[in-house]
Amino acid sequence: MEMDKVTFGITMLICGMGGTLLTLWIMSLIMGVLRKVFPYKEEKEN
Amino acid sequence: MFEAILNGLGGLLAGFQSLDWRSLVMLVVGSVLLYLGIKKDCEPLLLVPIGFGCLLVNIPVADIMGKEGFLRVIYSMGVDTELYPLLIFVGIGAMTDFSPVLANPVTFLLGAAGQCGIFLTLLLALGLGFDKLDAVSIGIIGACDGPTAIYVTSKYAPHLLGAVSVAAYSYMSLVPVIQPPIMRMLTTDRERKIVMGSVAGQVSKTTRILFPLVMTVLGGLIAPKGLPLLGTIMLGNLMRESGVVARLTKASENEIANIVTLFLGLSIGATMAGGAFLNPKTLLILGLGFVAICLDTVCGVLLGKVMCFLSGGKVNPLIGAAGISAFPMSARVVQREGQKYNKKNFLLMHAMGANAGGQVGSVLAAAVMLSVLSGMGVIPH
Repeated sequence: MEMDKVTFGITMLICGMGGTLLTLWIMSLIMGVLRKVFPYKEEKEN
Repeated sequence: MFEAILNGLGGLLAGFQSLDWRSLVMLVVGSVLLYLGIKKDCEPLLLVPIGFGCLLVNIPVADIMGKEGFLRVIYSMGVDTELYPLLIFVGIGAMTDFSPVLANPVTFLLGAAGQCGIFLTLLLALGLGFDKLDAVSIGIIGACDGPTAIYVTSKYAPHLLGAVSVAAYSYMSLVPVIQPPIMRMLTTDRERKIVMGSVAGQVSKTTRILFPLVMTVLGGLIAPKGLPLLGTIMLGNLMRESGVVARLTKASENEIANIVTLFLGLSIGATMAGGAFLNPKTLLILGLGFVAICLDTVCGVLLGKVMCFLSGGKVNPLIGAAGISAFPMSARVVQREGQKYNKKNFLLMHAMGANAGGQVGSVLAAAVMLSVLSGMGVIPH
């Protein structure tokens, strides 16, 4: 049976926006950890 | 002989005889796009080829989008195959410095909030009676990201490609006009005056190299249907940050991006034939595109306000407006607005973080959207 438009729209909003937010939140955590593990060292970078 | 001369002259008049009102209107629309690109400097790299493509396709008899027409060849080569937006993404990745968002990873969240408009507009489009995949393509205008909009639309609603692309690029160039009133409406005078400290330090080369790799693998695993989008932008960025393939990086951001931009612009213009473009749906799409970008700004600023509250007033909510993909235009708008209320306020680097987050966010939102659609069985697995 084909999904109605309301179900489709709400699912897209929850899963789509939720998925985007969750992925970017995980990315922000990972990048935060990577920044600590590999800190900027001026002489090395230059 | 007289008849032959008449027939010959008839050949010269065939174009005029076949000209209908739709073609005439679209010739005007094409000219307006050229005017905006040439005289007003609104996204000229795209509006000039789009405008010219629009002129070409609306000249009757030439059948330039016919089976063997040269625009059809260009269109089939890169739009049907989805190659053009992906190649442009390699160039964008090679051009973009993600350091501002990596220096302050929490701004990734502002990049996510800036995509709310996509999903809210999708709901609105469904409410206005559009089909599911048409609504998805209209919502994606809210990504504020031309290639993403073109990729999704050419794949799932090719009949809307002209309207969606024109809306996406037009509103992107109108960001400095659209955003400031919304930013002012949603923030108090005190919030707009908040001075943010300097951006937390620089980012090591290792972190900058690891970012595209982590993003590709994590994003690819979460949203495999959008991997072409994520993979190409991250490939371009990896080439840039590794610094070992300077020739490829330069080719991606110059020669390849330029050639593809020309072909892509012509292809979009070629979809703007009067018969297909001039209908009430096009006007609705243009209106919904505008709403999408307004909603992106609203959600970004609102999350900025939440961050301001949680940080005890250390975050200026204006930077939330930069969580869209119009890079670096939106960050500049934030800087300008901030300085209007406090001359000593320099929000640019913070806004650049949100803006770079918005660029990743828009691609990721599209990728997530495609995977959710696939999961629901709306598009093939």
